[in-house]
Amino acid sequence: MTAIPLPYGDDPDTKGFWDATRDKRLVVQRCKACSHCQFPPHPFCAQCAHDETEWVEAAGRGQVWSFGIAHGPTLPGFQNLVPYPMIVVELEERPHIRMVGSLVAAPDASINSVPASAIRIGLPVDITFTAVSDDITLPRWMPRASESLKP
Amino acid sequence: MTDTIFLKDRTAIVGIGETAFGKAMAQSEEQLACMAIKAALDDAGISPSEVDGLCSLNMENVFQHDIARDLGMKEVTYYAQMPAGGHGGCGTVGHAAMAIATGQANVVVGWRSRKRSGRASRVWAQLEQRIQGSRDTWLRPWGIIRPVDEVGVMYTRYMHEFGATRDHLANVALAFRSHANRNSNAFMYAKPMSREDYFAARWVSEPLCLFDCCLETDGAIAFVVTSSERARDCRTRPVYIHAAAQGFDGGSAILANYFTADPMRSQAATCAKSLWRQSDFRASDIKVAQFYDAFTPEVFFTLEGYGFCGRGEGAAFTEDGGIALGGRLPVNTGGGSLSEVYLHGFNMISEGVKQMRGSSTGQVDNADCCFVSSSDLGPTSAVVLRN
Ligand SMILES: [Zn+2]
Repeated sequence: MTAIPLPYGDDPDTKGFWDATRDKRLVVQRCKACSHCQFPPHPFCAQCAHDETEWVEAAGRGQVWSFGIAHGPTLPGFQNLVPYPMIVVELEERPHIRMVGSLVAAPDASINSVPASAIRIGLPVDITFTAVSDDITLPRWMPRASESLKP
Repeated sequence: MTDTIFLKDRTAIVGIGETAFGKAMAQSEEQLACMAIKAALDDAGISPSEVDGLCSLNMENVFQHDIARDLGMKEVTYYAQMPAGGHGGCGTVGHAAMAIATGQANVVVGWRSRKRSGRASRVWAQLEQRIQGSRDTWLRPWGIIRPVDEVGVMYTRYMHEFGATRDHLANVALAFRSHANRNSNAFMYAKPMSREDYFAARWVSEPLCLFDCCLETDGAIAFVVTSSERARDCRTRPVYIHAAAQGFDGGSAILANYFTADPMRSQAATCAKSLWRQSDFRASDIKVAQFYDAFTPEVFFTLEGYGFCGRGEGAAFTEDGGIALGGRLPVNTGGGSLSEVYLHGFNMISEGVKQMRGSSTGQVDNADCCFVSSSDLGPTSAVVLRN
């Protein structure tokens, strides 16, 4: 299978995020001065322009903010998986934080394992982690167990 | 500040040039660029040797020094490239106007030349195995690869918040196709489209189908700007650059605007504020407009961002032929990126000029000004042209 495009795990601005996902933890940046939390990570606090941030753990519970279904033609690494859903998740405890993700039926299941008919805005999801290379483990999301996958 | 120079009507577009539009054209991107620029200069009655300013987009493959050499330009004193590709088209008009108003140059050419097979044509298809840069890092590993994926996910949310449907997208695609059917230079000139055709099209990235996406075409378009004083001696009727603006909000992102506090707030809002501050015309005065339409939903965001309607009302604005000829605001009267040609919005600029000259194939009667904007999903730009 053709590999999917991955980030570098040692970029100074994002290393802490990928270090945490390798340990199956989801983290976001928190400003040491004003406690503002932000994602995606960047070098300064977007609220107060302070230059020191720390990584704090997020619960890994969220809901689908929006989604789409990709059909081909697309990159070779994804072409054999179409049609597959793409989701944006907002975190339950910090609704202003949104992350792009994949929706999977079970840990390590394929990114096309949840049928489009089972996806809706507001669908509760829980995090899971899939190692895709030595240095990169991707957070992915599963429909919450209490949610049936009925169309 | 007493020394501030305002752009209002100080400069004018005096020439436009367009190649034919097609697929797999024989000419190189460089040749197409030269053809369009030469045609624009001929239109204006200005010799290439008089050109001293050059403006383009950062996605342009043909460099300013190649253009200057190919066409025999002598001394080039101003050159600029706009960032963010299709978001910067109108920015090249603004830069040309600023360069002339501030004495940096006397005759400025802006151009866009593109072949789908060109080196930089489809950025997404050239992703490396390891991603560089913050934007791609937080999208690509999860399969949001193409611009259409990014915009599709935005539109699912838009439908959810504002009750819009795919029928509204069809309104856009059908209006622009009907305009292209009047324009013999448009790629889709001879291909009418029905609502049934729209709904029968294959998915590209749900909720967007093939007809929600712009064409993939070859071609080039150029324009020539000079001072309003000089413009009166040119071969054509001057089309004045009445207002020109750029803008973005901190935190906003190109296309995939998922991470900002209010993703459904049109990113054009900041540019709009600057534009209307400069303009004697208000949004309610505009009788014809050219919007960037790489994807149909962008039209709704643009309608809202520039105040042609309220937040969340963009989709409904297109009902009952609202943006078709004869509607309350005819948009993309030459067919747009969806049905005329995809050249990162430069056909919006040339169509705006045609409207002001009275020579459009979709001419709007009594239009005294034309609004033109670039892609509003990111750092954007817009102009108001007048005759
Ligand atoms: Zn802070």
